[in-house]
Amino acid sequence: MLRTKRRWVVLLALLLVLMASVIYLSSVNIPVLEPKGIIADKEFRLLVTVVLIMSVVALPVFGLLAYIVWKYNEKNQIRKKYSPDWESNKYIEGTWWAIPTILIVILSIITWNATYALNPYNPIPSKNKTLVVQVVALDWKWLFIYPSLRVASINKLMMPVNTPVHFYLTADAPMNSFWIPQLSGQIYAMPGMQTQLYILANQSGEYNGWSANISGIGFAGMMFKADVVSASQFRAWASTTLLRAPALTIARYNNLIKPSTYVASAFYANPAPNIFNLTIDKYMMPNYHGAVQ
Amino acid sequence: MLHVLDLMASFWLGQLNLKALPPNPIQWFGASLIILVPIMAAVLLTVTKRWRWLYREWITTQDPKKIGVMYILVAFGMLLRGGADVALIKTQQALSVGASNGILSASHFQQIVTAHGTIMIFFVAMGLMFGIINLILPLQIGSRDVAFPFLNATSFWLFFFGMVLVNVSLVLGDFAATGWLAYPPLSELRYSPSVGVDYWIWSLQIAGVGSLLAAINFIVTILKMRVKGMNFMKMPMFVWSVLGSMLLVAFAFPILTATLTLLALDRTLGMHFFTSGAGGNMMMYVNLIWAWGHPEVYILILPAFGVFSEVVATFSKKRLFGYTSMVWAIGAIVLLSFIVWLHHFFTMGAGSDVNAFFGIMTMVIAIPTGVKLFNWLFTMYRGRIKLDSPMLWFIGFVVIFTIGGMAGVLMAVPPIDFQLHNSLFLVAHFHMMIVGGVVFADFAAITYWFPKIFGFKLNETLGRWAFWLWLVGFLTSFIPLYILGFMGATRRLDHYSASLGWQQLFIVSGIGAALIGAGVGVQLLQFAYSIYKRKDNLDKTGDPWDGRSLEWSLPSPVPFYNFARLPEVTSRDAFWEAKKIHFKDNRKYEDIEIPKNTPLAFLIALMAFLFAFSVVWHIWWVATMALLAIIVGLIIRSMDEQTDYVLAAQEVEKLDKSHLKGARA
Repeated sequence: MLRTKRRWVVLLALLLVLMASVIYLSSVNIPVLEPKGIIADKEFRLLVTVVLIMSVVALPVFGLLAYIVWKYNEKNQIRKKYSPDWESNKYIEGTWWAIPTILIVILSIITWNATYALNPYNPIPSKNKTLVVQVVALDWKWLFIYPSLRVASINKLMMPVNTPVHFYLTADAPMNSFWIPQLSGQIYAMPGMQTQLYILANQSGEYNGWSANISGIGFAGMMFKADVVSASQFRAWASTTLLRAPALTIARYNNLIKPSTYVASAFYANPAPNIFNLTIDKYMMPNYHGAVQ
Repeated sequence: MLHVLDLMASFWLGQLNLKALPPNPIQWFGASLIILVPIMAAVLLTVTKRWRWLYREWITTQDPKKIGVMYILVAFGMLLRGGADVALIKTQQALSVGASNGILSASHFQQIVTAHGTIMIFFVAMGLMFGIINLILPLQIGSRDVAFPFLNATSFWLFFFGMVLVNVSLVLGDFAATGWLAYPPLSELRYSPSVGVDYWIWSLQIAGVGSLLAAINFIVTILKMRVKGMNFMKMPMFVWSVLGSMLLVAFAFPILTATLTLLALDRTLGMHFFTSGAGGNMMMYVNLIWAWGHPEVYILILPAFGVFSEVVATFSKKRLFGYTSMVWAIGAIVLLSFIVWLHHFFTMGAGSDVNAFFGIMTMVIAIPTGVKLFNWLFTMYRGRIKLDSPMLWFIGFVVIFTIGGMAGVLMAVPPIDFQLHNSLFLVAHFHMMIVGGVVFADFAAITYWFPKIFGFKLNETLGRWAFWLWLVGFLTSFIPLYILGFMGATRRLDHYSASLGWQQLFIVSGIGAALIGAGVGVQLLQFAYSIYKRKDNLDKTGDPWDGRSLEWSLPSPVPFYNFARLPEVTSRDAFWEAKKIHFKDNRKYEDIEIPKNTPLAFLIALMAFLFAFSVVWHIWWVATMALLAIIVGLIIRSMDEQTDYVLAAQEVEKLDKSHLKGARA
């Protein structure tokens, strides 16, 4: 009697927790599950597909576990078989090997195709011309350089909507990982190395971006806003910045790379040519004594 | 004059000076705890006049059962230390939002995160695993000892002093603030100039060498010391799983040792293996550390699988289903675990072929793991399941491990991993595998084999309470982390902005952690209460669970020579089969060789500690002398030809009969 009562209490509590969770989750923003860029969207769909395929095996496991533990519990009074010496059956065991194998073969095909399709280095086809942005992870802020527009920014990534953006990434700091969850998956930014990433945001808005790899005491403050605006707003921003913002000279860059935390966003005009390449070079060459420190 | 004093100080003390002492109250508190624990232990030993006992029974012992107990004691101590770290981490993450900066500085928080990971993997999970192997493996293969008892003691003391070195960093200097795998260039001198990373390197170096030696020891023990009749396919599944795990240690730990050595050379002698300049390549480090790091996960989980194979069969009163499949599954996991390491950094910019290959290999491991799961379910099927607390841990394991495993397969798909890598989703995944998998198994093992080692059972009611607190606390703590991962929360954040809406979930997760803390508290209470009430729970038969393998044929607690007369094995589940027939035992007693106690293993490890400590602080004269002392110690040991003494047959017979009498009474 007491046991059944307790069972109901537990069940009720679980139900309450479940309801509270559903209400809570529907009220908050969950970036990975609410993509605003085509890459993030494809990654999200892939995620849902894989979860569904896996539940085909996982749910029966839970069911089987509950059923077996209930039925063969020695306290359970129902009539049941007891076969203490039964230890092998090649058909049953064959099935155990076969079911996960089939599942993994299916998942492998999906994985193989998806990995090629969603390689971050793949250009994104679009009627709009691709914009190039160079990203330098600094201690502890992000520098974005728009070579074609001759502007640059700190901790604020301006992007035109529905336009492919081609990022080249490096670091003038320890390893970082560049991530805007609502727009696409992440990629490492490493000193002396160059990685690439293509993003296409298909909805305007302001999205959060940050570093996903620990890089020292200012790591938590390496947050930036990715501001996706219309093409005309973007052009207006670029031309105002080019006119009004201070120039990003080598001297100013050398000042920027000094460690600082929780840095406010800032814009620059006329970035010195080749800052990005010089930054990579300085880690590639032994005994480097160039302009970029 | 001052200059001369300076020179002298730097000769005698290296870089060690008063600045090494803790800078703030929270760190002072931690430091004083670390100092207080050994002082209290020393006082207690003096008051109860037990120094000699400590020396004779524990420090100099070569008995794997005692070494196993010490491993588990250290692991529990470190579970508390790592748990205290969790308390600080969770408090910080619940409070440090928006304008508030919480209770810890960024650097201190990152040190705690690093210490938590390092301690939980190397000194809790590994410690519990080696402890249980030491206790049970020789008994299960019908052996009186391990192959190399002295090496075994050395392994333990190296592990012990590795642990001591991590904790010394709380008092003198600081610890690495780099995350538990200390990726360069962050872990290089340029970005981490303090001694923290050196502490990390050298404590892992000492403990790692200990693990490697232990692995060699257990491999040889399993290959050469099985009792007559126990061929490979008659070994208990736990023995198989340990063999798989130890082979992995033997192949993987040398990679760790080499990698850490290269990093130490960078930091201490100014070389450039992994620096960001002068031709160093940090990506090489990331590859190497995971070439060890991924097998490490399976090193921990395989013995856990072994434990559950024993527990499920015993508590279902049925043979383990699919023994051959299980063996093949272990073999497959051993091989595959070496070709998946790249899945830890799909985001480093490798091409599609590389990422796809490693993604698929990772998924393939799900096949043998799934087979094992189904075989356990079918072991219970048509059995008579007794839901004692070891079984509860098993059921909790299946639930958590399946959820965590699905999360793992998800992250094995590279494009999905791009969205989950280094997020709290990942953190939730690997905690589910290592806590829900490994630690739950270790708790099941401790409950299950406790009477065999100590002669009485643990209190079952408290054991159940501990389980439920752990299970509910664990799910409460880690399910929110999956959601936080989807929200984009990354790991190791000491601060975040309020607008992100993460705070509620961090608080829920903290409450879960507190429940786990309560679970650990109940476990400690369970030990204390069970020892206090041990007379009520004495195991007089030596076979309290109706066991199946050879250890249950021995009296509890197991005498120091293990088997008075060696059994002969004709089938799997040797003891279960033997119980069915009443055979007349007319085996003769024989002389037994027992290794003599020696303090040398302890001393060699102590010297390794001194060496490591003085390298951390650049005290070169001590380092040189400690290294010489280790070599001298090894030479002394090699020259000693009388390392064993003989326990005469009559003596064995007398001892054995008195044990049997005790069992009947």
